[in-house]
Amino acid sequence: MLEIRKLRKAFDGKLALDGVSFKVRTGEIVALLGPSGSGKSTLLSIVAGLDRADRGAVLWDGKNMANTPAHRRGFGLMFQDYALFPHRNVFGNVAFGLQLGSQSAAQVRQTVSQVLQLVGLVGFEDRDVSSLSGGEQQRVALARALAPQPRLLMLDEPLGSLDRALRTRLLEELAAILRKARQTSLYVTHDQEEAYAIADRVVLLRAGRVEQVATPEELYRRPVTAFAARFLGLHNLLPARIVKVGRRTWLETPLGKLPAPKTKLKGDVVVLLRPDAIRIGRSLPIKLTGKLTSKRFRGRNLQARVLLGETQLVLDLPADAVLPKQGAKVHFSFDPRAAVQVFPRED
Amino acid sequence: MRGKLAPLLLWLLPLAFLAAFYFYPLASILDLSFARGEGLLQPFADILGNARLSGVLAFTFWQAALSTILTLAVGLPAAYLVARYRFRGKSLLRALSGIPFVLPTLVVAAAFDALLGPRGWVNVAAMAVFGLESPPLLFINSFGAILVAHVFYNLTIVLRLVGDFWARLSPRIEQAARSLGADPWQVLRQVTLPMISPALAASALLVFIFDFTSFGVILVLGGPHFATLETEIYYQTVALFDLPTAGALALIQLLCTLALTIIYTRLSTRLSRPLELRAPRAAAQPFATRRARWAAGGFLILLAIFFAAPLGGLALRSVSRLGAPRGRVATTPGLTLDYYAALGEDLRGNVFFAPPGEAIRTSLLYAGATVAFALAVGLPAAWVLARRQNALLSRLLDPLLMLPLGTSAVTLGLGFIVALNTPPLDLRTSPLLVPLAHSLVALPFVVRSLTPALRSIRPRLRQAAAVMGAAPTQVLRYIELPLVGRAVLVAAMFAFAISLGEFGATALIARPEYPTIPVLIYRLLAQPGAVTYGQAMALSTILMLVAGGGMLAIEKQRIAEVGEF
Repeated sequence: MLEIRKLRKAFDGKLALDGVSFKVRTGEIVALLGPSGSGKSTLLSIVAGLDRADRGAVLWDGKNMANTPAHRRGFGLMFQDYALFPHRNVFGNVAFGLQLGSQSAAQVRQTVSQVLQLVGLVGFEDRDVSSLSGGEQQRVALARALAPQPRLLMLDEPLGSLDRALRTRLLEELAAILRKARQTSLYVTHDQEEAYAIADRVVLLRAGRVEQVATPEELYRRPVTAFAARFLGLHNLLPARIVKVGRRTWLETPLGKLPAPKTKLKGDVVVLLRPDAIRIGRSLPIKLTGKLTSKRFRGRNLQARVLLGETQLVLDLPADAVLPKQGAKVHFSFDPRAAVQVFPRED
Repeated sequence: MRGKLAPLLLWLLPLAFLAAFYFYPLASILDLSFARGEGLLQPFADILGNARLSGVLAFTFWQAALSTILTLAVGLPAAYLVARYRFRGKSLLRALSGIPFVLPTLVVAAAFDALLGPRGWVNVAAMAVFGLESPPLLFINSFGAILVAHVFYNLTIVLRLVGDFWARLSPRIEQAARSLGADPWQVLRQVTLPMISPALAASALLVFIFDFTSFGVILVLGGPHFATLETEIYYQTVALFDLPTAGALALIQLLCTLALTIIYTRLSTRLSRPLELRAPRAAAQPFATRRARWAAGGFLILLAIFFAAPLGGLALRSVSRLGAPRGRVATTPGLTLDYYAALGEDLRGNVFFAPPGEAIRTSLLYAGATVAFALAVGLPAAWVLARRQNALLSRLLDPLLMLPLGTSAVTLGLGFIVALNTPPLDLRTSPLLVPLAHSLVALPFVVRSLTPALRSIRPRLRQAAAVMGAAPTQVLRYIELPLVGRAVLVAAMFAFAISLGEFGATALIARPEYPTIPVLIYRLLAQPGAVTYGQAMALSTILMLVAGGGMLAIEKQRIAEVGEF
């Protein structure tokens, strides 16, 4: 089990990591999610032993790794740009880690062909790495990292440089391979869809701090901060105030008064009106009317924008939702218990 | 029809130039050594049978190999530091290391003389401090002097070729190897060295070629005890007038350099093949530990001193009056501009001793003519190369134009002497002879600076400008001329600087009564006397400033990538 304990790292006085802690249990896939500059790659370098933390510790099964150099940690690392050895062919790349050990040549060959089979590159042994397509290179990099059977595999934006269609396909394959190998993994990405698809748990990083640790479902259903909600692609974050009238708590929002969910927060807050919980028509408890400013068909769903006074709302509707003409009036409704969440106001 | 004919004509000019002033002289050398009718291999057998000459041949290889190894031994750690670490003064070190490479050999020789020679700073200081009668350090005329000067000269090649290549390699690849379980030593041996090997081999080869054909350094710093093929050709020609032997030696030299140059060209095309590795911006790191910082810092400071001390010593020596040796009329030590003032005077009645002022004038005239010739030949050549990259003719022309780079200057000079003193081309007494030789030496550099600029004018650029509303004349004025103009300026400065500093060919073909600056420095250094020595220092300093300043200007203006030597 990997344990990250209060890691801190600064570059030229600027904090890249500020007290990061989380765990990766054996056999678990944890996604490290965050925008660029949130400290993901720095964290990975420190765990791999390629960089040192200013404070805090990296522990494996309770043992501090501070004085274990990168090559003795038994952690594998797969880079975004793959970092394949240009002077070695596919076999030479995948076999590299094995050849450093005490295995016989025959054993090495057998392991390499097993791993290549796992990643779907049977018969690629003699190919020059520069002759491979992006997807093939990605698989070679994965095979190379998997071959020495690392205790922990870290993947740094492994699908970052591929086109969308290929990404979707490889992501599923990658998840299947990691699960099949029961590989303890730390998967770094800035794309929440990728994190949802591959991870057992997600660690959301923001500017060097852990914002939230949760399963993908939890994270999507219950983000704990406005940043998390925004980063997960949830629109409709509105400034609001919590007011008490008698025994009932209300939210004063630009859309009007809404019943507040249970919360300990007081005063100024941020309200999330989940775009996927709003429906066209007047079937749900809170009913509003606005002007339809745009509608965009996005394959599986239909995204509409509605203007109420000066507030722009985004609605994620089913693909078959019926909408009036652009510019026309539109009625919509939502259930506050499902649609409304409140977060502390950010400065 | 016009579309076909024009490039052909442009093509013919550089080709004719090479034919008349490169291939014809070299062929004449060939002819000379075989003319005695003793069979094809007889001249070589004579040389190998002659104990002294075969010794010269062996020493040429030996000193070049040893110099190359030493250069790599110092250059590789430096290249590593420059490629992988971030430290203050990095660009300064880079600029500093580049200066010797562009300095005329005579200036480098004079600089080492000013620092370590019998009249140099170290010896002067030691004599003053310990009250010695004679200089304690005998550096000049030693094998060590040759080696040190060669390292001084060529370190920048390793630093740039290997350092730049190394910096472009993603450090991730090494990190990947470490994460796969390779210890630092295994990473170096199995990943880093194989990856930098093309750059390593290319730089080693280039350094070897330069050391192999080194002339001024051997002549001035090695002294009479050390002879390489290059100095021997000079000696046989100038002192013994034994042209057939000189010719045979030149032939051996030519075969060696030709083979090395061909291998080098092969390697450098492999260098430019992309390894797909875009280096991340933050590839260079600060030093991790205090110990590393001190070790690297110490090494880099020593390196900086190694580069700066001879050059600084030279400049300082040219404005310093030292106390006269004992027994002579004492002069007060101090700063003086006397040596510069004395450049206008003719100190001796010797016919072969032209006044320095006149040598400067001669050099400037030659340099001007060289610029004109080199551009006249280089521009059409570069134009053809840029426009018809893949045409068969271009692919033939490109390596041909690079040939003079690997040909020793002394051999070229010998070729001129043998070939151009009889009709059809009798230029022996023509003042054009020297600039022609200089143009040949400068041509590879001129073409290499012009071609990328001309290539960068893509039809797209012209179309883009036209779409934005530029008339053809405006396209010419705002797009094409600025792009080419800078490159032409760079090429011209290259030609100018090369001509000013050229010594090997000039030593052979310059008429004794019209010496160039380097030739005069050589003569002055060989003379006794404080004033002549001071004049040599002053002339060397002037040349150093002109060449160094010119090259700094080129670095700033340069469009081409480094590595296109």
